[in-house]
Amino acid sequence: MRELSLHILDIAQNSIEAGANTVEITVDEDESSDLLTIRVADDGCGIPEEILKHITDPFATSRRTRRVGLGIPLFSEAARVAGGDLEIQSGSGQGTEIKATFKISNIDRAPLGDMAETMALLIVCNPHVDFKYEHSRGKTRFRCSTGMLAKILGGMSIGSPSAVPVIRNVIREGLKHVQMT
Amino acid sequence: MKTVEELERIRKQAQAMTRLREGGESIKIVVGMGTCGIAAGARETLSAIMDELARRNIQDVIVTQTGCIGLCEQEPIIAIVMPGSEKVTYGKVSREKARKIVASHVVNSQIVGEWVIATE
Repeated sequence: MRELSLHILDIAQNSIEAGANTVEITVDEDESSDLLTIRVADDGCGIPEEILKHITDPFATSRRTRRVGLGIPLFSEAARVAGGDLEIQSGSGQGTEIKATFKISNIDRAPLGDMAETMALLIVCNPHVDFKYEHSRGKTRFRCSTGMLAKILGGMSIGSPSAVPVIRNVIREGLKHVQMT
Repeated sequence: MKTVEELERIRKQAQAMTRLREGGESIKIVVGMGTCGIAAGARETLSAIMDELARRNIQDVIVTQTGCIGLCEQEPIIAIVMPGSEKVTYGKVSREKARKIVASHVVNSQIVGEWVIATE
């Protein structure tokens, strides 16, 4: 994947397929510790223990189940080559939380990419899921959620194609004040 | 940023379209959003589809996502399901192809034969 925002889209698709009602996506750029942290947490069906054990191994997991494929191993590798790591906490019926860290200054760290595009498409194409997105850098922070964006849209359906550019712009403007990577 | 007036105008358009479509069965567009699809550019394909639908003010189309269907080398893949017709699957759908498929297949019911990889 060229951008970390594509990994986020991919991991969030797992959450959706796991039947999540709420998906929290947080991005934290902490320059003082040179760490970029990406967290995706959902309240979906979770991952059974026996699959979780091998989850970052592409060969052990890819054929066992369709829901868990190459996405997590690729995200894990992207973190590892950038001097970071990937942690995953889950269990049957417990939801899933994935946290990946990256050294911001590492030359092999992929760019964060277009978070506004990733979030706008996730929100509009999955209107039944409540997304919460938080992006912080130092003391600056941008937050939005499906509920908050629905209010901005007024009577326009959050699932309407016309909602994509509106949401994309809201997020893009908001991120201008926080984003660096 | 959109102005409040712009948002209000867009909102009215959307409401009008919603009223129009109540009743009839919808056209469905399914986009492959598995890891393979996303790595091959499915986000841009999905974005182009949504943009083309918005631009044409088409509201009675349901856009859904699916995971890997085992044809990773053909990604990005999209399928169009018209009410009463068989499902048509397109492969290697770039932004440009996606726009053309919406215009031709979704709007004018003309299948773009050269890009079809499966029908069922």
